Amino acid sequence: MLPSVSRCARHITVSLSVTRPLAHFRPHMDPDPKRPIERTIRTKLTDKFKPDHLEVHNESYMHAVPPGSETHFRVLVVSSQFVGLPLIQRHRLVNEVLKEELSSCVHALAIQAKDPKQWGMDPTLGKSPPCLGGSKGDRTVEEKLKAGRD
Amino acid sequence: MRAASARFLCAATDLQKDLGEMVKKDKVVVFMKGTPGQPMCGFSNAVAQILRMHGVDHYASYNVLEDQELREGVKVFSNWPTIPQVYFNGEFVGGCDILLQMHQNGDLVEELKKLGIRSALLDAEKESK
Repeated sequence: MLPSVSRCARHITVSLSVTRPLAHFRPHMDPDPKRPIERTIRTKLTDKFKPDHLEVHNESYMHAVPPGSETHFRVLVVSSQFVGLPLIQRHRLVNEVLKEELSSCVHALAIQAKDPKQWGMDPTLGKSPPCLGGSKGDRTVEEKLKAGRD
Repeated sequence: MRAASARFLCAATDLQKDLGEMVKKDKVVVFMKGTPGQPMCGFSNAVAQILRMHGVDHYASYNVLEDQELREGVKVFSNWPTIPQVYFNGEFVGGCDILLQMHQNGDLVEELKKLGIRSALLDAEKESK
């Protein structure tokens, strides 16, 4: 990041560039049978991208949805298939793979799509901004919750 | 029933056409939850904050929470499943993740320059020297 940008970034109340160190424990790599959507996302991303590294985080607990929901996810995919592709194409590929989940029960999907070299230079997971409660009373989210239960 | 379906399809088609004009009408267009002054979602807020940091104060923003048809229609139009959505000069840029990465790696300053917008961060950098 440019030093000037870094100085400016410190002035804002919401930290936009905070990352957390690479987790050495890997609970996210062990599928939870009680979390079918998370399992499906992991399987689909693995099958398509043959990733060097994959993280699937259910961030629903950070949002205004009931406990145990599977509506908000953050995924980190490191794959050589992304080499040479601009960000938007990488994200479109991920969206395409998870099309079914995104049209049914997944309401939000934060994506980091890195190639192996980029991951090697910066092996950190991004952090989602704090929820502003938009999901509460949102009919679309209610429908997504219902789709996840059915 | 058929008449209702036809009307629905007409309205949806009209919206797609309108969106084509909406994204070109202004240099920077954002479809978000809430407004730049009062975002209703953390990801939409992040987009608003990034633009504000770069001094982009005047841009078109559309609150999808006020219009369910717009909310669904823009996802079809952009072929992008989530909100927020950012357009520069009629071209789809991406959502919060992409804008954040562009901000972090310096690309956003360059893209704004192409729009004829000088990022405020360049002035901040100048002042600090």
